[in-house]
Amino acid sequence: MMIELKDVNKTYFGAQPLHVLKGINLEIGKGEFVSIMGASGSGKSTLLNILGILDNYDTGEYWLDGRLIKGLSEREAARYRNHTIGFIFQSFNLINFKTAVENVELPLFYRGIGRRERHHQAMEYLDKMGLTDWAEHFPNEMSGGQKQRVAIARALITHPRIILADEPTGALDSKTSLEVMELLKRVNKEEDVTMIVVTHESGVANETNKIIHIKDGIIGKVEDNVDHNASPFGENSIMK
Amino acid sequence: MKFDIDAFREISQTLRRNKSRTFLTGFGVFWGMFMLLVLLGGSKAVKSMVSKDMGNFATNCVIVMNGITTKPYGGFKSGRQIMFRTADMDELRKIQGVELATTSMSQWGVQAVYGTNKYNGVNFQGVTSDYSRIQFQHMKYGRFINDMDNAEGRKVATIGWRVYETLFPGGGDPCGKFISINGIYYEIIGVVAQTSSNFNINGGSDRGVFCPMSVMARLYNRGDRIWGLMVLVKPEYRSSEVMNQCVNMMKQKYLVAPNDKRAIVGLNIESMFTFVRNLFKGLDLLFLLVGIGTLLAGAIGVSNIMMVTVKERTTEIGIRRAIGATPKTIISQVIAESITLTMVSGMFGIIFSVMILGMVELGFTKDGVMTAQFQVTFWQALLALLGLITLGVLAGLAPASRAMQIKPVDAMREE
Repeated sequence: MMIELKDVNKTYFGAQPLHVLKGINLEIGKGEFVSIMGASGSGKSTLLNILGILDNYDTGEYWLDGRLIKGLSEREAARYRNHTIGFIFQSFNLINFKTAVENVELPLFYRGIGRRERHHQAMEYLDKMGLTDWAEHFPNEMSGGQKQRVAIARALITHPRIILADEPTGALDSKTSLEVMELLKRVNKEEDVTMIVVTHESGVANETNKIIHIKDGIIGKVEDNVDHNASPFGENSIMK
Repeated sequence: MKFDIDAFREISQTLRRNKSRTFLTGFGVFWGMFMLLVLLGGSKAVKSMVSKDMGNFATNCVIVMNGITTKPYGGFKSGRQIMFRTADMDELRKIQGVELATTSMSQWGVQAVYGTNKYNGVNFQGVTSDYSRIQFQHMKYGRFINDMDNAEGRKVATIGWRVYETLFPGGGDPCGKFISINGIYYEIIGVVAQTSSNFNINGGSDRGVFCPMSVMARLYNRGDRIWGLMVLVKPEYRSSEVMNQCVNMMKQKYLVAPNDKRAIVGLNIESMFTFVRNLFKGLDLLFLLVGIGTLLAGAIGVSNIMMVTVKERTTEIGIRRAIGATPKTIISQVIAESITLTMVSGMFGIIFSVMILGMVELGFTKDGVMTAQFQVTFWQALLALLGLITLGVLAGLAPASRAMQIKPVDAMREE
């Protein structure tokens, strides 16, 4: 198993303690293409943060690629994030004052890889995303789809074991959304990387092979969706 | 994070993002550095100018001056003119703390003639050899008046630099030649080198001609009457005490009321020197405080701006953390930015102030001779640079610790 969660609990302590995750049990195998679906407030973002070691959990166990992820120091967490996890965000989260290729290079910079080698690899991944001509452009000169493809290249460049995508199509129109999802599918197949997509759009979830429903901090139904015909909203509606 | 080309590119990229802000922040440090060094140079210049003025005068010295009595005493009415006598010089030596006592008789504004060359306004002084122990005389040629000259009443003269230059425009050693002063001929036995000292008694030696005191007393009917006494105090004695002893001795001798403050007055040169010296110390401290204060204000400005920058960059730092930046890399990046900003602007400050000081120094240079030293030393500049780096680190600390607290999750929250 690539990811194994055993009775994971998470509470946010504020003015009113908020029990967000109430005992999550989850298994995701290597190379799977999974979506986590849920309404806002269901705890799906918190779950994603824990999966990405961006946040810690209170009780339970989280095994990532056979290693228990618990009580890591900031340095170890940073190392895991850099080496095993790739992130794709709804708002792309590119650094605005860096060009596309510099953004893609950044994870390798933190890995301590030399400039030339970094640039070479980054160009290779931009090429895979069909963005060779846009390498020297800044994010604000690109369309949403292009930005998300830069972000995907950045997530892939470290050869991560899993990619976590948080509403990857949330800021895109339906046509671009479809393109991005196709791209993620292709990446999942070609790079053999475990892909976890968090979304509240059934159309997006329908593109994945397995849909995990989360509701009020508990895992609900887990649908196998090999045929990609799981309850889309309305006829022929792919996404929105 | 080691400081390589990558790190430098990261820093310059972020600093260039907001040029005007970077510039204004840097200007604070630049100005602080500039002020500090210019003030240091200025205080150095004032010091060098004044100490040059005082350089040729013995500091452990007191002066006893005679005046007019203001109180009736010992059978005399008030209003009596007190005059010292040459014998008082030996008298004062009886006081334990007195090394020697001397004086000079002077004739002002006389004319010195050599051949057809004339020098008007000579300050003609009759002295003993001890005179040069209080007012140091550096000889260019020959020697100063000595005890034998006095004892034998030789008509010899040691002349000052400007007198020499006017009377002997061709230069050369004038010893053995005769000059005429008020129609009386004196053999030149020495020339005093040029001095820049402005602190002296009975006029500077540049326009002076010195002859033995015994000669002047005889030729000008001065008898043994003298004005004022200069007393050199032995190093192990306090000059203020010795001064009081001298004043009291003279008061007793000339029947002056002990509480008469005008008839015989002591002047403590050492305390004047100490005062000036303390003034300089105070001035130095003040300049240093002002300079460092300005510099600190600049550094705090840097810290402040970095703080704002870090706050603005929460998302960016969050992203960096999410893709694998460790807290250490974030901290070192913020501190490196701070150091770069303070260093670059501080270096400009150093360069600019050195330039300005150099130009001012040039303005104070006459005929290739520097009259005042303004330039800061290399070590001062180096120290300033080290201080700058420290300031840069300190300025970066607070913003860096703030940046470290940013969690990657924040990147997603602040959108």
